[in-house]
Amino acid sequence: MERQAAYLRNALFDQGYLDEQFLQLEDLQDETNPHFVEEVVKLFYTDSVRLIQSIELTLKNTPRDFEKLDKIMHQFKGSSTSIGAKKVKKECTQFQEYCNVGNVEGCIREFQEVKQEHAALKRKLEHYFQLAREAR
Amino acid sequence: MSVTTSSASWKSGDAVSDQFPAGLRVLVVDDDPTCLRILEKMLRNCRYEVRLNNRSYRRTRGKKLLFGIRNLDRVYFVDLVNESKFTTCGRAEVALKLLRDNKDGFDVVISDVHMPDMDGFKLLERVGLEMDLPVIMMSADDSKSVVMKGVTHGACDYLIKPVRMEALKNIWQHVVRKKKNEWKEKDAEQSGSVEEGDRQQKPTDDADYSSSANEGNWRNSRKRKEEEDDGDDKDDSSTLKKPRVVWSVELHQQFVTAVNQLGIDKAVPKKILELMNVPGLTRENVASHLQKYRLYLRRLSGQPQNGLGNSFLGPQDSGFGSISSLNGLDLQAYASSGQIPAQSLASIQAAALGRVTNKSGIVDQRNIFSFDNPNMRFLDGQQHHSNGKQVNLLHGIPTNMDSKQLAALHQSGQPFGNTLMNVHSQSGQSNSLLTQMVQPQSRTQMLNEVGGNPVLKFPSSVGQPGLSQPIPGSGFSRYGMDNNVRPLTYTSLSQPTSVVEFSRSQGMELSGNSIPLTSNSGITSYTSKGTTLQEEVNSEIKGSRGFLPNFDAFNELSQNRTDTWDLQNVGSTFETPQHSNVQSRLDVAPSVLVQPAFASDHRNGYIRTSSVNKAAFSAATSLGNGTNFGQQLTPSHADSSLRIKTERLPDMGFQNSLFPDQLGQDDLMSTLLKQQQDGLAPVENEFGFDEYQLDNLPV
Repeated sequence: MERQAAYLRNALFDQGYLDEQFLQLEDLQDETNPHFVEEVVKLFYTDSVRLIQSIELTLKNTPRDFEKLDKIMHQFKGSSTSIGAKKVKKECTQFQEYCNVGNVEGCIREFQEVKQEHAALKRKLEHYFQLAREAR
Repeated sequence: MSVTTSSASWKSGDAVSDQFPAGLRVLVVDDDPTCLRILEKMLRNCRYEVRLNNRSYRRTRGKKLLFGIRNLDRVYFVDLVNESKFTTCGRAEVALKLLRDNKDGFDVVISDVHMPDMDGFKLLERVGLEMDLPVIMMSADDSKSVVMKGVTHGACDYLIKPVRMEALKNIWQHVVRKKKNEWKEKDAEQSGSVEEGDRQQKPTDDADYSSSANEGNWRNSRKRKEEEDDGDDKDDSSTLKKPRVVWSVELHQQFVTAVNQLGIDKAVPKKILELMNVPGLTRENVASHLQKYRLYLRRLSGQPQNGLGNSFLGPQDSGFGSISSLNGLDLQAYASSGQIPAQSLASIQAAALGRVTNKSGIVDQRNIFSFDNPNMRFLDGQQHHSNGKQVNLLHGIPTNMDSKQLAALHQSGQPFGNTLMNVHSQSGQSNSLLTQMVQPQSRTQMLNEVGGNPVLKFPSSVGQPGLSQPIPGSGFSRYGMDNNVRPLTYTSLSQPTSVVEFSRSQGMELSGNSIPLTSNSGITSYTSKGTTLQEEVNSEIKGSRGFLPNFDAFNELSQNRTDTWDLQNVGSTFETPQHSNVQSRLDVAPSVLVQPAFASDHRNGYIRTSSVNKAAFSAATSLGNGTNFGQQLTPSHADSSLRIKTERLPDMGFQNSLFPDQLGQDDLMSTLLKQQQDGLAPVENEFGFDEYQLDNLPV
């Protein structure tokens, strides 16, 4: 079980889902906060929901308020970065670029990517945490 | 340990106990709950006591708290002291209220830039204006403009998210620095050597960097030490605890009116005080406020010319790179503050700027800083238009400053700096970059590195891209702060050159925060020694802005204090009202860069200081720095610095040559060095100093 957890974790790094920031989180975890990483990830996912909803809403309004979209995305990106969500971050940056040039289609399309990566990572991390918990 | 203890102990500038950072009271303002949680954990790990102020905490206890408050616009306040009280703060305004209600309840504030209810910069200004606390900005946004904005608004430092542990570890330096500045300021005031308003702002400004949101009218970088209760730690009877004076908008308006009436050049605290006719206001209050105001003005006007000064802003972060010019400054200072380098530079610049006349040499260095760290608060001073009086200490900031400052400096006709100045214009930009970059990173790193010389990596390339020297460190981008720290040591050297280069490569630098560090450090790579430089630089910077405090504090803490003093001295030179500093700085700049690494003498900053001193001396001689030094930085060694300087002179010759080598930036450096000091800085850029340093470097 432990090996499985470790394997999964390494895979996440290798596949580019996570970056060194995640390592920082792991470093912070200690006996006083044995579930710190999981806690933070949970916190992120709970909080990011509202940001995603906010972007969706803003994307629906016309004319598109790119500035606002960029602002919300910036927040979302910041959050993602702090947990080391590499792929999510990449998509966020892409989204922001589309915003800068006012490309509506691009924004909408890219936003789907963002959501996908966001969900995919969530699944993987949940799986990982579960394995890690069982391994303990 | 309780905060008060730390501040108190800090003030005396002596014995900053190792435990100082522990128990530091930090207030974190951020609307992102994930980030807050991570920061909280990091801060706790730093052994800062964390106190979560939040109602829900009582109910939920711990993690729940965060989850419960993950709402938008939620501002979490983490008071690092004891984990018992909680107060909910939903908005930045709440944060302000919290701060106001607990006047001395916090030591430092870390705030996010983008928040829903209030712009982070506004909060920064308010805090600086009202509470004179060091404020550190943070954001995922690392664009130069934003970082520069942070610098100009008086942020002590600028962290790029995601924030790393190393970055947080060193935030205490800002507190120490500020206190030191205040301490010095008080000291200066008492000694009466301080020229009204001309006093180096540094003492009070240790923490000035960020805390003062100078926006209102002047850069608060100088936190009014007088107003700081802590500043009274000095057992000086004359430094009675003065109740902090809050310069409200109206009060400031009255002040400005009075100043305008008298004429900015003729405005002396005494007369201003009389004109204002505000009961309870003392001459000292006015004096320190005037100082800040002048810096602010300088910054505003100096920007176009002095790009240099502004660029220094970075001292904090990148202090490394820019500080190189400070070379003489203690690299240690840099190391410790990591940021200091940038700051130092800034201070140096500031000092240089103030000097205008002499600064040219210094300016270059500052530019380096300024580029890197827009945050460099030092840049403020840059605007000094040749006013000897006004401490042009780099109030840092100014993105524009680089070129402008250079121009300004150039005009001042500084003997030294001419070369530098030109260089700076270009580099100014780069410097800022570096500064910026360096700052965030350098901070943590420098401190860490102090002992180690990791920095070697960055070759003088302070300038990074443009610099002839490759900046190994630059690659570090923010995360790499640690790495950057090292370069700090070097940075001093490369600074001059880097400055120039930076401007070219500006774009490059800022992006990487880390880079600045590297560049800066690169020069001085001698981290251990470098720190000294930094310190020196810092000290210089302090003078200008108060940034230097970091160095001072740091120096004291980490290095042989004596050495650091050198830096401080150097810094002081800069800070000292204008001339002394300027000159010293200028000269120093080249040597400073080189010097940091030299720390060889055990005395980390010692050697450097020498060079710096030397330069300073040469420059200062005319100015009569002696006096100034005492006033300025004086981190604690103000006096010693002066003395040291003299001593150093002989060394300087040594170092000068050394530095050029280090810098590696052959082209620029040589030119700069040559011009600056005919004999001071051997232009040879190769890292000649390596040889020299190797021997000495404590590495």
